Amino acid sequence: MKVLTEKGIYRLLMIIALSAIAMLLLIVLFILKEGLPFIFITGIRDFLLSSEWKPAAGKFGIFPMLVGSLWVTLGAMIVGVPLGLAGAVFISEFIPRWAMKIIKPTIELLAGIPSVVYGFIGVMVLAPLIRDYFGGPGLSIAAGAIILGIMILPTILSISIDSIKAVPNSYREGAFALGATHWQTIHMVVIPAARSGIVAGIILGLGRAIGETMAVIMVVGNAVKLPGSAFDSVRTLTANIALEMGYATGKHREALFATGVVLLVIIMVLNYFAASAIKRGVKK
Amino acid sequence: MIIHPRHTQIIAISMLVILTVFTLAILVFIILFVFSKGLPYISFDFLFSNPEDMGKAGGIFPTLIGTIVLPLLAIIIATPLGVGTAVYLTEYTRENRITRIIRFGADCLAGIPSIIFGLFGFIFFVTTLEMGWSIISGSLTLAFMILPTIIRTSEEAIKAVPYSYREVGFSLGATLWQTVRKIVLPNALPGIVTGIMLSIGRSIGETAAVIFTAGSSLRIPNSVFDSIRTMSVHFYILAREGISSKNAYATAAVLIISILLINLVTYWIMNRFIAKKTK
Amino acid sequence: MDKNKYIINNLNVFWNKAQVLRSIDIQVPSHKILGIIGPSGSGKTVFLRSLNRMNDLVPEIRVEGQILLDGEDIYHPECDAVSIRKRVGMVFALPVPLPASIYDNVIFNPGLSGIRDHKKLDLLVEKSLKSAFLWDEVKDRLKTSAMRLSGGQQQRLCLARVLAMEPEVILLDEPCSGLDPISTAAIEDALRILKDTYTIILVTNNTKQAARVADNTAFFLMNEMVEYGPTEQIFTVPGDKRTNDYITGRFG
Repeated sequence: MKVLTEKGIYRLLMIIALSAIAMLLLIVLFILKEGLPFIFITGIRDFLLSSEWKPAAGKFGIFPMLVGSLWVTLGAMIVGVPLGLAGAVFISEFIPRWAMKIIKPTIELLAGIPSVVYGFIGVMVLAPLIRDYFGGPGLSIAAGAIILGIMILPTILSISIDSIKAVPNSYREGAFALGATHWQTIHMVVIPAARSGIVAGIILGLGRAIGETMAVIMVVGNAVKLPGSAFDSVRTLTANIALEMGYATGKHREALFATGVVLLVIIMVLNYFAASAIKRGVKK
Repeated sequence: MIIHPRHTQIIAISMLVILTVFTLAILVFIILFVFSKGLPYISFDFLFSNPEDMGKAGGIFPTLIGTIVLPLLAIIIATPLGVGTAVYLTEYTRENRITRIIRFGADCLAGIPSIIFGLFGFIFFVTTLEMGWSIISGSLTLAFMILPTIIRTSEEAIKAVPYSYREVGFSLGATLWQTVRKIVLPNALPGIVTGIMLSIGRSIGETAAVIFTAGSSLRIPNSVFDSIRTMSVHFYILAREGISSKNAYATAAVLIISILLINLVTYWIMNRFIAKKTK
Repeated sequence: MDKNKYIINNLNVFWNKAQVLRSIDIQVPSHKILGIIGPSGSGKTVFLRSLNRMNDLVPEIRVEGQILLDGEDIYHPECDAVSIRKRVGMVFALPVPLPASIYDNVIFNPGLSGIRDHKKLDLLVEKSLKSAFLWDEVKDRLKTSAMRLSGGQQQRLCLARVLAMEPEVILLDEPCSGLDPISTAAIEDALRILKDTYTIILVTNNTKQAARVADNTAFFLMNEMVEYGPTEQIFTVPGDKRTNDYITGRFG
């Protein structure tokens, strides 16, 4: 009787695991099935590098969106990484334990705030500032970069803090014993030791920035054109899907799935790098 | 010129202080800004009355229902699947190529933009399976979206249970399942619960995957096949279409408070759990 | 009943390709304490874990040969490892209390078979803790966490947990390696009484402990059993020079 139930549970768990995997596979295969044929028929070059996106005329080139995503994400990293790293180093090395008990949950709360809230603040506070001081429409690469940079701060902060905290104290003591100042210890011993975790955190933040949709739609203006400066309006890959999905049919819909495929590939590559960064850290 | 290490230290640490203060200031500003603009408008009426004029006036009651129902259904669907898969991967198979592929797959999917899930849910559930914009389409899409997170966090939590506990279970005559149920799962529970709470938070804040699958109806639904609007979607529409920034701020404040409550409940559960085990 | 609890014929154990136990033949008499001594890495623990099929849990390990428990081959394909482990309890080198109350730790096994009768369980807990010489120290705080006991108390709790299972054999894998002399003495006292009810196999790298409590002693060295006999004989007139060298402290 008991042996029977054990086997039953084994089978049940196996079915659960297989169906979970099937579900995950389903998404990837579905997106690929809907999007890949379109890419091959249009030609990878034409699809990726043509600047004309005119669904009504049957022209589908996502180059402006690729450039848009690239600039906005790059800008977000320029804003988010230095702030996140400096914050993480200071918080984990200099802040006493009792204060950590307040700061850590606050960071987690900020990581949980819906991205649309960040987007709204971008529209209400940031865009007018940019319009007044730098000209242009305000809703721009700069606005998107700053808002995304702030949005990924909690991610970078919390992962970097964890990995800096994980550096054994004996490393620090060793450096102090050799006469290093606290700052020398930090930048010569602690940061290199925590590097793989920090890199993983940055890559995860990068992934979040590329994948963000609604907040970006709110602040970048969404014009399909190659930007001339940081204060021009752009459209990102994600925004492109979200803005046109509601009414797209036929070729147009396939083109959106193809955009999804491009996003998917970018994320997979990033994940691969994140995973190998973590693995390197473990090996060391 | 060589700068004395002590001076470098002073410069570097001052930079760190300035950047940290700046960072924390921005983040705190966001919360305070939303609260200062939104909290004054939150009232019992705002929470529990129906919206009027597309949300320009009135309350947010239907979206409150949506925000509770969608994540809840998603969790009910995804938790057994996710925890079951994690148990299977950690306890019932040995490390091999297949488990590694599953793990890589889950990792990749955990990082996939939610808009892709929205795209998938819209074409697959809403259109192909003809479920329409509905609670069921929305919660299924959300379940797909959070499944990788639940698998990975549960797996980490289960792996963190010391191997010696399992040995004790087996040596005391427990079967594999008894060991899993009586020793492994109870001790992995805090981690599993954290993963679930994280996923609830993510579902509450999600807009892209929800707006294209659950729709944005402001009516109170009669069944799971009716469309519904969540608070995040409501907030997005209010803000993006410039319907009412007053109500948008108020809704955002309610959203942040909900996330705060979820985090607090998570901490409370964890602390209670740890206290109970070591009392 | 058979006088020998275990009869082991030509036991060979492999870790992947490496052989970690070489043709062990041994008979373990009922209601006696068998002490197994030898330096670390000599195969004592692997041997012990073969006796209740704990080695099944390590995929790299392969067991060949015959182990008869009351005449029943425990490695027979029809034989259920779980039912063997219920008959053969085990105490590990490091005490591993489960993060639960003292009471819940003791009733772990009875709880598996679904015993819910509180009076019965209370009696069982009291009896097991008394047999493990722990009752007096914990009787007023049975509902507190087992994690808060001292190391010595935790190890006696682990023994009580095994006793509550009402096994036939108790295997102990260096149970006193991390304990102070007083806790060690408490466990040894418990074992001397328990052997009337159970068959006990005690792995120890403390030769003096074997001399104090074991009726029979086996000496393991380099994956083989060098010598096996009554404790007195092993410690006074060992048949093998290596045994003599080991117990007099020339190596190990």
